[in-house]
Amino acid sequence: MSATVDPLRIPGRNIRRRRATDRVMGALLAVAAVVAVVPLVLVFAYVLIQGLPALNVPLLTQSPMPAGFPGGGVAPAVGGTLVMVGLGTLLGTPVAVLAGIYIREYAGSRGATAIRFLVDVLAGVPTIAVGLFAYGLVVVPMGTFSAIAGAIALAVIILPIVARVTDEMLGLVPGSVREAAYALGIPPWKTIVRVVLPAAASGIVTGILLGVARIAGETAPLIFTALGNQRVSTSLTEPMDALPLRIWVYATGPYDSWHQQAWAASLLLVGLVLIFSLLTRFVLRRRGPAGR
Amino acid sequence: MTALPAEARRVRTLLAEHRPRHGESLFRGLVVLASLTVLAVIAGLVLVIAKESLLGIAHNGVAFLWGTTWDPVHSVFGALPFIYGTILTATSALVLATLIGVGVALFLVELAPGWLARPIGFMVEMLAAIPSVVYGLWGIFVLAPWLRAYVEAPLHDRLGALPFFSGNPIGIGNMAAIVVLTIMVLPTVAAVSRDVIAAVPDSQREAALAIGATRWEMIRVGVLPYARSGILGAGILGLARGVGETMAVTMVIGNAPTISPSLFAQGYTMASVIANEFTEATTDLYRSSLIEIGLLLLIITLFINAVARLLVWRVAYSATSRSLLA
Repeated sequence: MSATVDPLRIPGRNIRRRRATDRVMGALLAVAAVVAVVPLVLVFAYVLIQGLPALNVPLLTQSPMPAGFPGGGVAPAVGGTLVMVGLGTLLGTPVAVLAGIYIREYAGSRGATAIRFLVDVLAGVPTIAVGLFAYGLVVVPMGTFSAIAGAIALAVIILPIVARVTDEMLGLVPGSVREAAYALGIPPWKTIVRVVLPAAASGIVTGILLGVARIAGETAPLIFTALGNQRVSTSLTEPMDALPLRIWVYATGPYDSWHQQAWAASLLLVGLVLIFSLLTRFVLRRRGPAGR
Repeated sequence: MTALPAEARRVRTLLAEHRPRHGESLFRGLVVLASLTVLAVIAGLVLVIAKESLLGIAHNGVAFLWGTTWDPVHSVFGALPFIYGTILTATSALVLATLIGVGVALFLVELAPGWLARPIGFMVEMLAAIPSVVYGLWGIFVLAPWLRAYVEAPLHDRLGALPFFSGNPIGIGNMAAIVVLTIMVLPTVAAVSRDVIAAVPDSQREAALAIGATRWEMIRVGVLPYARSGILGAGILGLARGVGETMAVTMVIGNAPTISPSLFAQGYTMASVIANEFTEATTDLYRSSLIEIGLLLLIITLFINAVARLLVWRVAYSATSRSLLA
């Protein structure tokens, strides 16, 4: 990768032609930027235009009607998403923060590299495979699909995201802060818990929000864990609905009323994810490197 | 025991009070345990999925990998249509996303002024924030009809003789899957490429400009060769994402276990067959065969990811965390 500039690769004396090539390529790069932005605008526009008319109070308060009947709502899905995302975050985040602390504060440079690598590899596992894992780990022994299985799958997905952010945020805390604490005779673990962690707290919290936004939109890991449910369920050991699952069922179903509700539910989900993402980016940007 | 001066004794008792008891080792144990959990989860993923697919492995044998028939009713399970569909959609999407993504990255780093680069970069990153299932919904009701009317029909009329454009253009099929996947892979490729290109030292650019290069020649001669391995890593990260992507593809690809070169044909991918058929799988063997596909998918993506991370890490460490955040 130590490529040097090779003057022989700049060919020809025809400066007019070279300038023309320069302009054409510059224009192509600009076109690439436009092409990349268009889908975002289109998806947002459609979700807003199609979703807004169907977004109303019954959608949030009522359960789905029997297939084909108009009306009803996606209340079980909204509640289920909140419960499973919340539980998944509670399960995954503490482990993730502790792992991040180990990587940055305890592991030597080799150990840190090794565990960072593992964290990255875990982040790259397809979410559907995580779903199969939770199925084999929880659903098969329990003998039933359940909300807790869904939450565990989501916890596995949020784990590497938060671990990595914690690692990076702790890295932003200057070494002099730690040294000042050591100089006062404070043991390392107390330095980390009482001094370093609070200094990095806002960055870690935004990382958690980002992870929440990610797992809130996950469908694949819930199919064979939470399964989905037409009714409001309060039991963690029973199947539970989730917004992405409901959108999937309704979008691929045959009824117009379902399609409308799928758009409205998508608006809810995108709104939720967007708020979290914007919030995160705003705070991260103020904090420097990781938020560029 | 000789008597110590009073001062020294007081210091000693103070130190004794602050002497770490079990706090340090406890905390250390806790964070080590958390890190081991990451390892355990990865190992668990492979082991649990492997265990659940044992039944399928025993029944299907090695022929599973090249069997072209997927007939759950007669318990004939061949995974080739799904492997083919995954390779077709993921690699096509990767090529498109790399072309566009590297273009965007170069535009943002080399050409665009800051007031333009920031919002565009932000919007490209936001592409990754939209849930997969929303892309799928949009794909079914907006993209597929549009493709059918304005892309597939004209192609079919003019070039229908080619195998790529044969068959009935109905919108739902390989082409829609490739387009949706391109959009979803794009932010990964663009974000990592941008970081890699931004990490190219300015001396590279100055050297090229000093010998009279135009701006594009500077990019071609000074920037791209330097960023090559990082961009390759970005592409492979994108590939891993494309291979594992499930919902959006499931919703627009048509879900038919056929092997066709046509972009109009309905297909199936490894991830989408699991998502689509798992809850309908009535026999243990059927379910286990689906999980066997999941095992295959897991091994492939673990491998692709490991290679990509190693490539990108050498160039820009922070780039991988950006792709995580994206």
